[in-house]
Amino acid sequence: MIRLALKTRPDLPLEADTIRPDYFAQKTEAEIAKLPVLHGNQFCALGDFFNVRGGASDQLVLEGDLAQVKRIGTGMEYGQITIHGNAGMHLGAGMRAGEIVVFGDAGDWAGAEMCGGKIHIHGNAGHGLGGAYRGSRHGMNRGMILVEGNAGNETGSLMRRGLVAVRGDVGEFAGAFVIAGTLIVFGSLGRRAGAGMKRGTIVAYQQPELLPTFTFDCVYQPLYLRLILQTLQLEGFSIEEEWRTGAYRRYSGDLNALGKGEIFVYDQH
Amino acid sequence: MIRILNGEVYDPINGIAGEVRNLYICDGRISSQDAGGRTIDAAGMVVMPGGVDMHCHIAGPKVNTARKLRPEDHRAHEIAKTPLSRSGTFGSVPTTFATGYRYAMMGYTTAFDAAIPPLAARHAHEELNDTPVIDKGFFLLMGNNEFIMERIAAGEKEEVRHFAAWLLQAAKGYAIKLVNPGGVELWKSRSNAHTLDDEVTGFQITPRQIIQSLAEVSEELSLPHPVHIHCNNLGIAGNWETTLETMKALEGRRGHLTHIQFHSYGGNPGESFSSKAAEMAEYVNAHPNLSVDVGQVMFGDTTSLTGDGPLGYMLHQVTGCKWVNVDIENEAGCGITPIEYKEKNSIHATQWAIGLEWFLLVQDPWRVVLTTDHPNGASFTLYPRIIRLLMDREYRKEMMRNVNQKALAQTTLPDLEREYTLNEIAIITRAGPARLLGLQDKGHLGVGACGDVTIYEKNADWEKMFAAPRYVIKDGQVLIEDGHLRGETYGRTFYVSPAYDPAIEGKIRKFFDDYYTVRYENYPVQLEHYLPRPEAIPCRV
Repeated sequence: MIRLALKTRPDLPLEADTIRPDYFAQKTEAEIAKLPVLHGNQFCALGDFFNVRGGASDQLVLEGDLAQVKRIGTGMEYGQITIHGNAGMHLGAGMRAGEIVVFGDAGDWAGAEMCGGKIHIHGNAGHGLGGAYRGSRHGMNRGMILVEGNAGNETGSLMRRGLVAVRGDVGEFAGAFVIAGTLIVFGSLGRRAGAGMKRGTIVAYQQPELLPTFTFDCVYQPLYLRLILQTLQLEGFSIEEEWRTGAYRRYSGDLNALGKGEIFVYDQH
Repeated sequence: MIRILNGEVYDPINGIAGEVRNLYICDGRISSQDAGGRTIDAAGMVVMPGGVDMHCHIAGPKVNTARKLRPEDHRAHEIAKTPLSRSGTFGSVPTTFATGYRYAMMGYTTAFDAAIPPLAARHAHEELNDTPVIDKGFFLLMGNNEFIMERIAAGEKEEVRHFAAWLLQAAKGYAIKLVNPGGVELWKSRSNAHTLDDEVTGFQITPRQIIQSLAEVSEELSLPHPVHIHCNNLGIAGNWETTLETMKALEGRRGHLTHIQFHSYGGNPGESFSSKAAEMAEYVNAHPNLSVDVGQVMFGDTTSLTGDGPLGYMLHQVTGCKWVNVDIENEAGCGITPIEYKEKNSIHATQWAIGLEWFLLVQDPWRVVLTTDHPNGASFTLYPRIIRLLMDREYRKEMMRNVNQKALAQTTLPDLEREYTLNEIAIITRAGPARLLGLQDKGHLGVGACGDVTIYEKNADWEKMFAAPRYVIKDGQVLIEDGHLRGETYGRTFYVSPAYDPAIEGKIRKFFDDYYTVRYENYPVQLEHYLPRPEAIPCRV
């Protein structure tokens, strides 16, 4: 296991896309400490900001308030990162496999355009969670993101495949332009959810303000949702029994786009 | 001062094809005298004049809008700054600085933007001023200019000529460019021109009249470059007839038909799509007044940006990609959309093959020019690969195996055995375009020519050889050495200044007062503020 403890809080954002377990796996403690990070517009060494303990492992533990540390685990291909504290922007963006667990909050664009692996955020997530960067044709494409707190705007926008589950509330444009994939929100769903979605599923547990381009279909008990909820439970997400057995109102849309998307709203009655 | 010794020199304008010679550069120009200075031992290397790109899109509002439309393209191609060069992004629509550096690294020292609306000339000059290394200029869009169409309708040929000359002076442009003549104006009322004899609504004229009038004006003004025509019906199956009609409509006048690949399609829209390159090349071979540049398509992701508004819309309908449409008041239009050319797509494979057919079927290399219509067919950075496709038959056959076979079999490409020589490559990449542009001191290495020299280390892989010249010399300064930038310099801006009768100004002023959102006085580009290194190219006598 490798431990990175923040010793100097950077006064400018630190672009640290070198903090990746797959990069560390073949490196010694001294080599890791020498890896470059961009502090403002100056290159510094990782060791300037972190106390590094251990080497040659793909199990990585980060400690301290890393809210200013961006790009942790971006593009990682294997290994595990555990962060005791907050994480900065672009956490695990574009990651292909592996696991990131944050005992704190994550900044904007966590898991953006990821194409595999798992991110579990025990605090809140920012905007663009699992979303698409500006101009991209799709966002998250495979993988799983679990958030115990709230998430910001454009959660899961342009998602192509994968699962995003948020325990708390999400902001506006959740699941906007989704191509496929599933977004489950246990708190409140912000306005304009699913705007422009082609296919894919959004599940809400409080009645959202839906766009007029979504039409009500029926009330039923989607079987596959039980399986997804069961999976979430296995991942340590607490799921109430009636969510699994209860009925859901199904709306289809966005009729401005392809219209094959669906929004399920849990029907308490 | 530089001495380049014992290089294998290719200088087609001066009839030198691979002779081992010494070259001397003194005060930025080729000299006959050895005045000492740095010596470059070019033994075993190929020496050519700097490359000339006569048709690309590297400046002005449509390029800038395309940059804004495609952040994802930039994100994937970042360029860090170095002590000598600025940071930027590449991708299909690179930043101005990246454009200049990359042309230089490829051994190109001159490039012309092919479609600037006069109203945006100031913006285009500003961007060209931020484009390092290369000499540059641009062609002015006139094919849908409402003042011109009004004067043509009134039968006032003289006034068209005076206005065109005034416009070239006001915008500091280089040549007259037509883009889908009449069609872009029609697009503003949701229509398009489908033949040369469709009426342009509101003006009672036809595309044929616009083409003929402006070809005539180009000749009468003795502009260094003839009228530069993007024909009607670009990209539409069966458009070869329109293109052939356009060639005939020139009635023996000089004309340059640009990105001809996009205009050489047989078949019927929505039904069939085929190559008519062979028939058309035959016509061009028989008519020495015509020249073409190819607009080669290469497979991959790029951005289509065009002054042809209805074409932009058509591509958007086909690809479903994001799209920008712009109306440039009284003058032009614009359409932008991302596009990906795929090897297995039968239309794309046919387009790829048609481009190569054009290169291989035009007999006179002086009248066919290597372009990709950057970035419409592909990025200019793919020129070296196109050169390899032309010079290396085996490589061409290998590449042919990857594309849609059904489409390929309907073209003449599989039967073409021709291979370009180094001398012919020197013609289609520098000597030819320089001559067609009327640039006297470009594209050759005779005494008095610009000291723009590219020195390549020989390599059996022509693509590698042309992608990374060993030395690139611009105005007598070694700028690239072993792929590294050695200095920063900014090139000249070429423009023309044809004479006109000042009596036209009153009428133009009235037109501006009536229809433009800018004042007549604010329209012309001030030479002293916008062209730091201006060079007026004299009109032919």
